[in-house]
This record gives sequence, C-alpha cells and structure tokens, in this order.
Amino acid sequence: MAIDQETVKKIAFLSRLKIEEDKIESTEDDFNKILDWIEQLSEANTENVEPLVSVNECSLQMRADEVCDGNQADKVLANAPMKEYGYFGVPKVVE
Amino acid sequence: MSGLIIKGNTCDWEIICGLEIHCQIISKSKIFSGASTHYGADVNENVSFVDAGMPGMLPVLNEECVRQAVKTGLGLNAKINKHSVFSRKNYFYADLPQGYQITQFEHPLVGEGFVKIDLEDGSNKSIGIERIHIEQDTGKSIHDISPTKTFIDFNRAGVGLMEIVTKPDFRSPDEAGAFLRKLRTIVRYLGTCDGNMDEGSMRCDASVSVRPVGSNELRPRAEIKNVNSVKFVMQAIEFEAKRQVEIYESGGEIEQQTRLFDQNTGETRFMRSKEFAHDYRYFPEPDLLPLDLSDEFIAEIKSGLVELPDAKQERFVKEMGLTPYDASVLTEDRETAEWFEKAAKGHDAKKVANWMMGDFFAMLNEKKISLAESPISPENLGALVELITSDVINGKTAKDVFAIMVETGNTPEKIVEEKGLKQVTDTGAIEKIIDDIIASNPDNVAAYKGGKVNLMGWFVGQVMKASHGKANPGVVNSILKQKLD
Repeated sequence: MAIDQETVKKIAFLSRLKIEEDKIESTEDDFNKILDWIEQLSEANTENVEPLVSVNECSLQMRADEVCDGNQADKVLANAPMKEYGYFGVPKVVE
Repeated sequence: MSGLIIKGNTCDWEIICGLEIHCQIISKSKIFSGASTHYGADVNENVSFVDAGMPGMLPVLNEECVRQAVKTGLGLNAKINKHSVFSRKNYFYADLPQGYQITQFEHPLVGEGFVKIDLEDGSNKSIGIERIHIEQDTGKSIHDISPTKTFIDFNRAGVGLMEIVTKPDFRSPDEAGAFLRKLRTIVRYLGTCDGNMDEGSMRCDASVSVRPVGSNELRPRAEIKNVNSVKFVMQAIEFEAKRQVEIYESGGEIEQQTRLFDQNTGETRFMRSKEFAHDYRYFPEPDLLPLDLSDEFIAEIKSGLVELPDAKQERFVKEMGLTPYDASVLTEDRETAEWFEKAAKGHDAKKVANWMMGDFFAMLNEKKISLAESPISPENLGALVELITSDVINGKTAKDVFAIMVETGNTPEKIVEEKGLKQVTDTGAIEKIIDDIIASNPDNVAAYKGGKVNLMGWFVGQVMKASHGKANPGVVNSILKQKLD
C-alpha cells in the first residue's frame, strides 16, 4: 500500500490539519515510511492465530444506571474559547 | 397491494424506501457516563467530562442502555447478537466534542427482525428490520440566539440512542407512516423510548428511490435527514419520489445524495452529494472491549417482557369477542388497553368496547382531557354496562346515567338508586300501563287492527312515556303484540 499526495491532502482535510504545500511531499514520504514499517508485521505467520481484541484478559465491565456526575457547567466551560449564556459558542454553523 | 404507483408519461413508477430511526433510550444516566439524561435541565448542567470529550476520560457502558436495546430487539422479533463491538465513527462537527461518535458498525447488538403493520384497507404487511445498534447522541446546536454564532448545549451529548434500520420494504408513504406509528406504539409499550418525535426523542431519516414497475433494479437513492413527525416523513417520501420521477421522465439522472426536508414548503432540498459524503473511517473503539452477553442476561429480559400490541390485539379478538378494528384502536397505546381491560373485567367486553369507543372517547374529546383525567373510572364504566346487560336499566337510561357519571363521578348503581331509574321489567306493571293506553285510545286500536301496523311504534312510545322511560322495551313490545294482534 502506498500513499499519494491526493491521499495526504484528503487525510489532512478529514483531520482538520493544515499542511503547507511545501510539506506535502515530505508528509507523503513519512506516511509511506510508517506504512512500510507496519508492513513488516505481515512477515509474521498468523495462521491459526485468533485475532486479538485486547491484551487485557478481562471482559467488558458495565456500570449500574445511576446519576453520579454532572452539575458542573462552570468546570465544563472553563477552557472554552467562547462561551455565552452558559453555552459553548462556535462560529456560525449553517447546513 | 398498498404501494403507491406514480403515473409517468413513459411508464408507471414505484417507490423503494427504507427508514433509519434514532430512538433515545429511556435511562436515568447517559450511555457512557454518569450524567443525568433529564430533559429540560439548565444549559450544560447534565454534562460530565466524558460527555464533553475531555482528554483522558474513559467511557463506561451503562447496563440499562444495553438492556433497553435488547428489550426493543425482542419487541421487534429480532435476533439478539450475544457478541457485539463498539466502533468509532470519525467526523468533525461542533455538536460532537470528542471528534468521533462511539457507535456500532460491523457487529451491532441486534440483528434481523420484523414488524407487522396494519394498513388502512384492512390488509397487513411485514416490514423487515435490518439491525439495531446502540450509540451516543450529540449535543444540541442553537442557531437563533446570535446572528454570528452557533451556541452548543451538551446536555443531550452522550444520551443513549438505538438506531433502528429497516429493510427497503416500503412502497408508499402510507406504509412508512403505519410503520412509524407501530414502532412508536411498541417502544412505548416496552418503556424503552418515549417516542415523542416533536421533542426529538425519536428522529427519522428516509432513503428514497424509484424504479419502473416490474423492474428489479435499484437506482441511486436520496437520503432525507432528520424529519420530525410522521406526517412530515410521509410528505417527504412522496415529494422526493415524485421529484425523482419527474427528473427521469425528462431524461435526467439522479445521483446519490443527502437532502433536507423543509417543513414549511413540504419540499426536500439538496444538502450534499455522494462525492462529499462523509468518510467516517470507522475502526474498533479502543476504549471499550467487545460486549458479550450471557444467555441468562437475555433470558431474564425476555421473561420480563410486557404483552405487546400484536399479542394483545389477538387476545382481545379471540378471548374477548372484539372486532379486529376495535382491538386495534384499543391497543394503540398501553394506557388505553389497560384502562379497557380494567373496565371489561367481569363484564360484556364487546359492550364495554362499544361504550368506550363511542360515548366515552367522545366525552374525553369534548372535554379535551386525557384518559388519566377521566371523571369516570374504568370500574364504573364496567358497572354501567353491567346494569344494561342485567336489564336493570335500558340503553336510553344508560346515556342519562353516563352524563350524570361525568358530572359527579358517582357509581352508576348509586345514580340509578337515587334517581329511581331502574327499568320496569315487572310484566304486571307494564301490562297495566298498556291496558290503560289501549282503553283510552280506541281509535288508534281500530286503525292498527285495520292494517296501520306502523302505529305499533306510537303505542311503544306512549308506554315508554307513561313509564317515564323505565319500561323494558323488549317486554313492552311483546305484551303490546299479544294484546293487539
């Protein structure tokens, strides 16, 4: 698998990352090096090996349906760059 | 066949439609955090750091949300998948603080099922369920406070959702409407979602395409997002199907796209094309292990299931002698069905159903009150019917007694006793009244015997009047016939 410059631009857009034009080529290069490195894993023989979901040998723990959190609007909003009337403010979103 | 056929110039067209319904799960706390789900709290009051997407916070699955989704799956005759997996759906939007939604993708909690819908022409149809998966809701955007900013309230962020996906089985807006009403009835019976589309606790997307009748092809579809009432869903499907037919008929093509429904114009409008469709880059959620349910967990939910509307309807017809129509009206919501069963207990169920669907519902409508606010208790309506079936009062008196029950809330027995409304079934007393009337109206007796048989009605009327409406009409008729014929 190889990454081309179009894919770099697309991933950057989906991730909302701004990559300068002159950095696209080197980013493409980096991506491909990472993929080559990951590709080494395919050298391992995984025949008859069950896919590993987690290294934890435990099962999913669920919690009881109890209200034990919330009521902290001031803390939740503490780092918001823009807040008004208790809301988070963001640039106008119009569909 | 209940499909809607759209007549074109070149051929007839049929609609292919599937629905995706987001149902907010009824639970006290959110699906992955301990914040309250209570609707109507102060802005950002019900928000934990998990819901706000703060770095390092970890989701912990709420067992009740799983239970509710399994219950819903069972109510939709669906397969429960003992093994399911959470996935990350990645996209940026202001109402999604994490930058991804935790949902299920390849391995949903609930698999295929079906729902039986009743159509207006009396037929029914089975609608396939493709899957149900559970996920977290987003925050709410408020656009109308400021002209330059959007405000976000995260109280809804992280509330549990069930996304119910149907097969593309709908062939008309009516079928889609019938399905949504049935689904709402079922989730309300189960207590898993309150089903209020206008408050957004049930939201619907519709996928619509058309094809020439007789063809099996699947043409590109338009997905109409977030329609918030049954009526609007039906309007949106009809508008969209006709729009597509018009384009095909004039030689155009439809490309796969997402559209918005405008409830002011009843039209759908373009939102985005497939080219700009989201690329969600799903991958297994690293913060949650797969969900594995035991047989016992599922069996326990199954054994606690309430009787569902279909089963109730069948029982009302088979065991209580109701018509399928009566049964469908009385099982539409759980409260009505339970009220009816209380009223009918030990009495003539068919008569109780007639009274309930006639005078009783008319009274609720007229007073604009709900069943719970009724001045008449179910037991008292049953008692009123009992007084009729056991010949204590006749049908006409019953209407008067009913009116007094509405005013006073008293039991019908008390009203009948106090007002002396008991019907006279004593043949001796009725015979005496009849003899008097015959004696004082020799002209009419002669006319009757001379062939004017419809004077019988006049005689019955006179007897009822003389008995102040309390004579049993059956007894009056038979004695009159004896005396005059």
